[in-house]
Order: sequence, then C-alpha cells, then structure tokens
Amino acid sequence: MALDKQLTAAAVVAQLRDGMTLGIGGWGPRRKPMALVREILRSSLKDLTIVAYGGPEVGMLCAAGKVKKLIYGFVTMDAIPLEPYFRKAREAGALQVMELDEGMFEWGLRAAGMRMSFLPTRCGLGSDVLTRNPQLKTIASPYDDGEVYLAMPALKLDAALLHVNEADRLGNTLMRANDPLFDHLFARAAERCYVSTEVLHDKLELDAASARLNFFERYLVSGVVHAPCGAHPTYSSPDYGWDLEHLKRYNASAAEEGGWEAYMNEFVRCSEAEYLVKVGGAERVGKLRTPVF
Amino acid sequence: MDDVKTKEVISLAELMIVAASEAWRDNGEVLASGIGIVPRLGASLAKLTHSPELLMTDSETFLVSEPIPLGPRGERDNAYGPKYEGYMSFDRVFECVWGGRRHAMIGPSQIDRFGQSNLSVIGGSYEKPKSAILGVRGLPGNSINHMNSMFVPNHGPRVFVSGEVDMVSGVGYNPARFSAGMKMDYIDLRLIVTDLCVLDFGGPAHAIRVKSLHPGVSFEQVQAATGFPLLKAEQLGATPLPTAELLALIGKLDPHNLRATTVKNNPPAIRAAV
Repeated sequence: MALDKQLTAAAVVAQLRDGMTLGIGGWGPRRKPMALVREILRSSLKDLTIVAYGGPEVGMLCAAGKVKKLIYGFVTMDAIPLEPYFRKAREAGALQVMELDEGMFEWGLRAAGMRMSFLPTRCGLGSDVLTRNPQLKTIASPYDDGEVYLAMPALKLDAALLHVNEADRLGNTLMRANDPLFDHLFARAAERCYVSTEVLHDKLELDAASARLNFFERYLVSGVVHAPCGAHPTYSSPDYGWDLEHLKRYNASAAEEGGWEAYMNEFVRCSEAEYLVKVGGAERVGKLRTPVF
Repeated sequence: MDDVKTKEVISLAELMIVAASEAWRDNGEVLASGIGIVPRLGASLAKLTHSPELLMTDSETFLVSEPIPLGPRGERDNAYGPKYEGYMSFDRVFECVWGGRRHAMIGPSQIDRFGQSNLSVIGGSYEKPKSAILGVRGLPGNSINHMNSMFVPNHGPRVFVSGEVDMVSGVGYNPARFSAGMKMDYIDLRLIVTDLCVLDFGGPAHAIRVKSLHPGVSFEQVQAATGFPLLKAEQLGATPLPTAELLALIGKLDPHNLRATTVKNNPPAIRAAV
C-alpha cells in the first residue's frame, strides 16, 4: 500500500543528516520520543540543532556530543529540576544556544507551520533574550498605535520527532494524554515528521470521541515507528508514568567518572527490546504511576 | 498562655505562606499560579479565604474549584478527588498569559533593584556560565504580560544582587531596557516574600520597599542582606502571624507537611531579635 508509512527507528535515523535541525516534541519529562532519541545516540549523526521544550533527551544528546546548537526555553526533568548533562555541556561552553521564552518558542513553531517569516509578540522585550540573541529584531505596528513588538522568527525544522499513544500505518495519530502539549506545532513546523507510537494499527477506525484525540493530519507524518514504552523513562499518560528510579540513576551517572559511557553501555548500546528488559519489561513500565503534582 | 504556646509552634514557612497569600488579594478573576511549595500554598490559602474568585489548576491540565492538597492524595476510598471545573492545557496557559489574566509567584535565583529576575545562568560568561540553571522559561512572557510576585527562602546578597541580574529572564521596571514604542504598561510586579520580610514596589518609579518585617527582624538586617538600597514603606509594620484558623487551613492544604522543608531547619516564625 502506498500509504504504509511504517518504518523502523533505524530507518528513520537513516533519513536524517548531519547538521539538521531537529524538533523534539513533549515537554520536560513528558512524552519524549526516547526510542527515536536512543537510535540517534546509537548513530553517527552529529552537529545537530535541537529544538525542544527540553527534558532528559536534551541531556543525553548533549552527553553524546550530538548537539551543536540548542534552541530552548528550559531543560528540566521536573522532579529533578537541574538536567545534569545539559548543565555540563552549557557550563563547558560546548553549546551554541538560542535561549527563548516558552511562548516565543511556541510562536516560532507557529510561524513556521503557517509559512510566515515571523510573528509579533511582546514576550522577550526588555529581557536578555533580546540582547543574547542579536539576530532577533523588532517591528513597529503599521497602525496608529505604533507599538514596537519583537518579531519572533519562524523556527523551521528539518524533521520533528514525536511520541503518540496510537497510530496507524497511514500516519493517523491519537494522543490520549489530557494535554496534547505543542506536538502538533512541531509537526507543522517540520519538513518531515516522524512519530513513534505505543500501539500501531493497520488502519484506525474511530468513534467521534476518539477522533477528537487526533491533533494533526496524517499528511504531516512521514514515518511511523512502532515503539511500545518508547517514551520511557519520560511519561506517556495514560499508558505509563515516569520512571523516577531510572531518571535518578541517569542523573547520578553524571556525577560518576565515566558515568555517561556506563549509561550508554548499559541502556543505549543494545536493542530497544533489550532496553525494555533492562528497565523491567513492559509490565513494570505499564505500572509506573503518572506523577501527582 | 495558650496564645503563647500557639505562637511557639508557628513556623516561618507558615508565616510566609500567609504573607504570600496576600499577593492574590483583590486581583479579581485571574489564574493564580503559585510555583513551589510556599507560593502554591499561598495561592491556595488566598482562594480558600479572601479571594474565592481566583482560578486555580491541578498544576497540570485542569482547572479546579478547590485547591488541591500537596503531595500524595491517599489510596482508593480515602483518596482526594480533584474538583474539576474546566480545562487549562499548557497552550491555554500561554493564551491566558498573553491576555494578562494571571498572577504568578515563582522563586528566581537572582533579583535586582528593578525587580528583574533570573532563572537561567549565573556567573562566568553567558557562553560559558559558572552555573547553568533552568533557562529563562516563561519569565520574559509572564513578566511583560501579567501580575507577578516572587518568593525567596534565602534572603541574601547572592539573591538580591547589587548590579543587574546575570541574565534578565523576567523583566522589571528598568526603562533603559525598553526602546521607544515598546509597551511597559502591563509590567505589574507586586510582592517579594522572603524569609526576612515582605517587599513591594511602592517606592518612587516602582523602587523596592520593605513593606513588613518578620517578627524579630530589623530593617538594618534586611538591608545588610540586600545588594541594593531599600526604602521603608510609610507604614512599615510586622508581618502578621497566622491565626489559628489559617494554620488549620494550611494543615489541610499540606497534609504531609512539605512546608517544613522550605527553609533550612524549619525555624519558628518568631525568632530572637538580633
């Protein structure tokens, strides 16, 4: 069938190139496409520009030396506020950065999705976001008010990586979490969008209530990867919560001599099936509770 | 005598929660976002007492008609059930921010004389900072769009810096950072609640003033712990102690006593004068 978009994670990564700008969906420790990220960690890809509401995926990509430039508003794992490998990379002066207000970030994705060069906003004015990003320009309203806004440039992505609860081979997706976050904007901002999914169907056949959980159109989706527990150790509600034990272990590795190499050897230099066994299997992951705030 | 006993057990954290709740008084129907234990309990207390019109979320996705107690909510039959009244996804929080109907209180790492705040990097150079924290997060957008207050559990010159903060994340009343045509009208900084005092922005050109001193703290002590000159509010008084009724509400909102972890060694509200 022409519309069969199923790919392996390795096939997705084979379509990516050194120097690309990659958007990663989710937010902090929420719904990160970690199976795809691990596949990038296994690959020779380098010099990436990563665009993300950052969580542990940013730290891991930094630790593995994959990131040339980071476009972000924050990097955090919430329960562990300071992402250890992001901090290391940032404090080593190893990253080019474009640090943005969270809302400016959204505006940049929206502009890209609408094929606009920029969108105006007040967010960022008066702050060091403006002075630390000299490429950012302002624009005066052409109307009588004449107000001066920040012109947030489009954040165009070569590719977006997302994780969803369900998808079919055509590229239809469902996000069952209470908050769809901004994943749809990543999909629209990208030349190509790849989704990993907990459950893969041949063809989704939905009632109206479920169809409302489809947040972006399948024409935006270039590839679908079947990756059960593919957001682990971040959380993908309602399927599973975050794995705090694993995140703590990952966090602790940053303070150990050779800690990242040890983490890579144990959790990355293996297949996803082996990874899942190492973190306790699908049954354990399925029982991880979503956090209570 | 009972009164004395009660005062002995009131913690500084509880005093600060009550002081924080005052930030949300007479705000109208806005989203109250208290980030962190003391700010969240302050917002919750405000909604339960003087400002029931406030909107609050479950700190995730839904609007709730009753503030949710902090921490684990119990099991099965005894579990606390959130009282949902609406929806507030992250996307909608941004829309709320840009429309100005919100009052947030967060704990920045640095604050300066203009009320500018920093949550990004400290020390070294921007390219190679001594300490990378979170990033500017939503502070630029929050600060230029709606009411904001701040919480500082460790009032000292490393937080209240003498110059400008190292990376202006939240903007303040610093016209030098705004060119002609940029709108500062929506900048609306309210309170800074610390472990020593409550500050406001009521001085000339929004200069920071000491509004009230916590019991046993002197103005000189606050000034010595602050990297820039402070003004005294005309009616500088003592930060009021929580009443028994408020303490009971705080206990219900924080059944696991997480508030005891907010200041080192959980000191009492009334400390010996220095």
